[in-house]
Amino acid sequence: MAYQFFHCLSSLAAPPKLPDSPFFLLPPQASTISGEIDWLFNIILLICSIVTIGVILAMVYFVRTYGAKSRAANEKADKTSEHNTTLEITWSVIPLVITIAFFVWGFKGYVNLKTMPRDALEVQATAQKWSWLFEHSGFSSGELHVPVNTKVRVILRSTDVLHALWIPSFRTKMDVVPGRYTDLWFEATQTGTFPIHCAEYCGRGHSDMYSRVVVHTKADFEAWKKAEQNKNDSMPPAELGAKLAQERGCFGCHTIDGTPKVGPSWKGLFGSRESYTDGTTLVIDENHVKESIEDPQAKIRVGFPPTMPTFKGQLNDKQITGLIEYIKSLK
Amino acid sequence: MATTTTTDFVSPQPSTTDNYLNNEKGILSWLLTLDHKRIGVMYLFSVLAAFALGGTFALLIRAELWTPGPTLPGVTADMYNQFFTLHGAIMVFLVIIPGIPAALGNIILPLQLGAKDVAFPRLNLLSYHVWILGACFMLLSLVLGAADTGWTFYTPYSTMTETAVIPAAFGAFVLGFSSIFTGLNFIVTIHKLRPKGMTWFRMPLFVWALYSTALIQVLATPVIAITLLMLIVERTFGIGIFDPLLGGDPVLFEHFFWFYSHPAVYIMIVPAFGVISEIIPVFSRKPIFGYKFIALSSVAIAILGFLVWGHHMFTSGQSVLAGTIFSAITFLIAIPTAIKTFNWLSTMYKGRIHLETPMLYALAFLWVFTIGGVTGMFLAVMSVDVHLHDTYFVVAHFHYVMMGGSITAFLGGLHYWWPKAFGRLYNETIGRIGALIVFVGLNLTFFPQFILGSRGMPRRYYNYLEEFQGLHQLSTIGAFTLGMGFLLTAYGLLSSLRKKFDAPANPWGATTLEWQTASPPPYYNFATPPEVTQGPYDGYENLEYDEKIRGYVPTKA
Amino acid sequence: MTDTTSETQSNSETHGHSAPPRGAHEPDENAEAHAPNGHGGGHGHSQYPHLAHHFDSPQQQFDAGKLGIWLFLFQEVLFFAGLFCAYTVYRAQNPEIFVYAHYHLDTTMGAINTCVLLVSSLTAAWAVRNAQLGEKNKLVLNISITILCAFVFLGVKYKEYAHKVHEGTLWGHHFNPEHELWELDSFKAKHPESAELAEKIAAIQFEGQPKREGHGEHEGSGAEAKAPVPKPAALPTAMAGAADADTKVRRIQHLLLQASDETLHPLVAAGIIKHDVLATTGLERPAKAHIFFGIYFFMTGLHGVHVIAGIIVWIWMLIKAKRGQFGPNYFGPIDYAALYWHLVDLVWIYLFPLLYLIH
Repeated sequence: MAYQFFHCLSSLAAPPKLPDSPFFLLPPQASTISGEIDWLFNIILLICSIVTIGVILAMVYFVRTYGAKSRAANEKADKTSEHNTTLEITWSVIPLVITIAFFVWGFKGYVNLKTMPRDALEVQATAQKWSWLFEHSGFSSGELHVPVNTKVRVILRSTDVLHALWIPSFRTKMDVVPGRYTDLWFEATQTGTFPIHCAEYCGRGHSDMYSRVVVHTKADFEAWKKAEQNKNDSMPPAELGAKLAQERGCFGCHTIDGTPKVGPSWKGLFGSRESYTDGTTLVIDENHVKESIEDPQAKIRVGFPPTMPTFKGQLNDKQITGLIEYIKSLK
Repeated sequence: MATTTTTDFVSPQPSTTDNYLNNEKGILSWLLTLDHKRIGVMYLFSVLAAFALGGTFALLIRAELWTPGPTLPGVTADMYNQFFTLHGAIMVFLVIIPGIPAALGNIILPLQLGAKDVAFPRLNLLSYHVWILGACFMLLSLVLGAADTGWTFYTPYSTMTETAVIPAAFGAFVLGFSSIFTGLNFIVTIHKLRPKGMTWFRMPLFVWALYSTALIQVLATPVIAITLLMLIVERTFGIGIFDPLLGGDPVLFEHFFWFYSHPAVYIMIVPAFGVISEIIPVFSRKPIFGYKFIALSSVAIAILGFLVWGHHMFTSGQSVLAGTIFSAITFLIAIPTAIKTFNWLSTMYKGRIHLETPMLYALAFLWVFTIGGVTGMFLAVMSVDVHLHDTYFVVAHFHYVMMGGSITAFLGGLHYWWPKAFGRLYNETIGRIGALIVFVGLNLTFFPQFILGSRGMPRRYYNYLEEFQGLHQLSTIGAFTLGMGFLLTAYGLLSSLRKKFDAPANPWGATTLEWQTASPPPYYNFATPPEVTQGPYDGYENLEYDEKIRGYVPTKA
Repeated sequence: MTDTTSETQSNSETHGHSAPPRGAHEPDENAEAHAPNGHGGGHGHSQYPHLAHHFDSPQQQFDAGKLGIWLFLFQEVLFFAGLFCAYTVYRAQNPEIFVYAHYHLDTTMGAINTCVLLVSSLTAAWAVRNAQLGEKNKLVLNISITILCAFVFLGVKYKEYAHKVHEGTLWGHHFNPEHELWELDSFKAKHPESAELAEKIAAIQFEGQPKREGHGEHEGSGAEAKAPVPKPAALPTAMAGAADADTKVRRIQHLLLQASDETLHPLVAAGIIKHDVLATTGLERPAKAHIFFGIYFFMTGLHGVHVIAGIIVWIWMLIKAKRGQFGPNYFGPIDYAALYWHLVDLVWIYLFPLLYLIH
């Protein structure tokens, strides 16, 4: 444990794998608005540090200077006035001016964040327990692929509970609210991959609703699209299935190493005989896998909660076949 | 006032037979008592028990976060979610909200005011019984498969999850009434039961703080009550107000929830301001600086507190205009809060500062609360909040305020009034060491969380990226340090209860009324009704320390 | 808040109230200071058997109680305010469901209940006067009438609820109305022409279907939503069906175009047809209509619970009154109960127009 701890402390000092930010307190800056927000963050940090340190120093100074010797000594405090209007007005007005400045800057940044650009590349994002699905340019993927230096608007919807899309490196975040559309925008300024988190608590797999945004150069983005097209067309089914399982967040609940998680592990699943809550037992075959994907509540395995969402309409037959073949391959 | 009504002032060994602790014996004489002091004592120990339970969950959370993914054997993501839900719900509804007002307030408020009891003793007892009932429902939820919604009960998750949400929500609903009854009682008591000469501006600042708190308790708590009731009905009958599947609006729930829960933040912190305002002048031997401002700013904070709930929802999809208004008013609240801090500092200026345990907690409060306060600035700035919302930065911020503010002040107040309430002096050395450990543990636990949050660690995560592990482990070490500090403090206080009554009437040399009666006070509080002729912090120069009785007596003319 | 004035006075020596001057018994208090906490009733202040030990005078005790009950009422108002907020939000977002649904409520019953509560408020206020004057028999009578009115109110409410259960106008998934809007007498009486038009459209829209039982369809988009008759599988029939639907829509729109604005308006307001005639393909129920009934049952139910609580309080007061406990020096409880009862009345005064009388 101790070793682990110090190891981690040292890893803290070492730069993380991501391209580093200019500031220790903030993740990398990778969008057009990050600079502005980080600047404001640092200004607030500076002023607040001055205030805090000032208060602490004054406190320590007073304790040292005016410390009483003992109760028995019965020292009397010096007489000072019990209020001082000039002083009180001064220390009311100065914070007021500072906070007004903060407010105005924050407001400007907020309006910027909330004003959607018109000519943006639009991406439809669907959040469900516990995975993300991003659809754009005719593809869908569990990762968000975007070109660099392009305005991107992400339109968010949820099929179940509240979620929130957060891309720390882009300094933007938006709640995903079932029953209505919300959106956010960004313009990535550097290529690379950046984490995506769910920031609104959504239950068991909340912390596993991890994805990535992959920022390509414009040329790479076109190439990626083409490759995606080809892959979907020509990939062997099992490989397609493996890719889909990764992208669609299947591993949020299923493992391939035999340990049950939220759902049963896929290892050795295909062809095994399992029992269900309706009292039946069943050998898992192609039809059952398909049914489990499209209508997961139809039959519930004993010992597992009925929490899987449906993927009906989100996966075509070819993709389902791919998943079946992939699960089959996990002996 | 120090010059009047000094019957018990000089007696080093106060009456041991007719004080409120031993004028009646037997469990029923406690459970059915109408005496505000006994009710306060019962509240105190119940709240401390709940604090121990909530703290245990906190330690489980921190231990689980030692490594990413599963750490403690057998603790699944579901259990982790239940841990933080129970930790939050218990700490908020069972500990911090009743902590200072219902426990310390009940014991001290009528004494400080010079009243014989609160206005409605039976309602006061009912409030305690209702608290117990609410606590039972919370525990019932724990037994039936603890709720895993987070203490915020956000819909639609809370209407969909299979855990025992209803007992937890109903528990919070019931506890709301306990809080309303206490608040109502205090308002009426302060309005109607002040003795002769106790004008509004001669009331101690603790009373002012409790008055402001009580206003919020009475005006905001019913809204959470109806919200939780709607949630329960939604979950039971599916009326569709909050359920998007039925056309309802989950964001409406967020509005309702924060309409209460933001003012509730002030229910938690304003009484702490009151405690600190009592301790600092007494231990600096100097009247408080800017009395009227501190008194009225509590009321101002209470009122403004109703108008800022939307700052919890900058990323929820509420309109930009709404967000802007909420942000602006939020900044307005910062001003009176900042000024209070400056007033406390000015009180110490040129004082004669005694560093016993209560003052150590007050100083810790100043330090920690300043950090908690200024980090609120980051969150009030809308564009920065978009990045920081729902991260560990927020967790750190409100723990600095709730834990570092409210709990520190609660412990300070507990040490300050302990000799009065129980008639025994606690062990000063243990108290000081405990305060120091608590202070160190507090900063060690929560400071790393600021960095975690701003660097990209979302809250309520069972699993996290490896780059965050170092800071998480620091935080965990801090949490266990904090736990040990609390245990030591508890030992220091509780062990004093085995002693005979040894506390003088006025160990700290304070001039508020509660110190003018015996320690512990007689059942009827004051042998003769007190009469007030001066401000609550005037007349320190007229008191003199007597080493024989370890307390202050009026200076012999 | 008339109390603030009397409150400031209570600290000064002069009271300015009719009650006896304070402190008449203070010398005795030291004697009882060590008594166990027997608060209950007749200790100490022998002159005033109902004066609790921690008050100096009946006036102070009454003022405290009065301030307390006002605060309690504030709290109650805010409790209901949450529901009124929910009402406002949904009314602003979906005005049509409120227009649609209010026809399902029985205004007469609501009006009767309003009168009943107003009468009970009168007798409650009267009871306060009786208590102050010590008129025991009149007090008992007035309290009894108040309780009776409360029971009548609950009886009428029960009839209304039972009717709604029967009609299927309930909340959430249980919303399954027996009758469509245009079939309701309340709608027919108010807008005969609109009802007639709707009947005609319905006749076209549901042509060739067995009489609808009105079950299972939420958005009532008519024929294809639920067809109890098995569908013939053959292609030609299906095509004929499509063509048939097309002509149906045309016939419906023809009817609508002929109708006057006054005739159409009530149907549009209730969300039965769309504002744009050419976008209307038939009659439909507003999609969130069930939310109205969710709010209706919640608000009236919670109000009903308050009425029941009121009955319990009044029965307690009745017992105390029969024992002759009230008089000029002790009438606080009756006053507080009456204040509470006025609030219950007042909430209903708001609920009645907001739920029953919507335009």
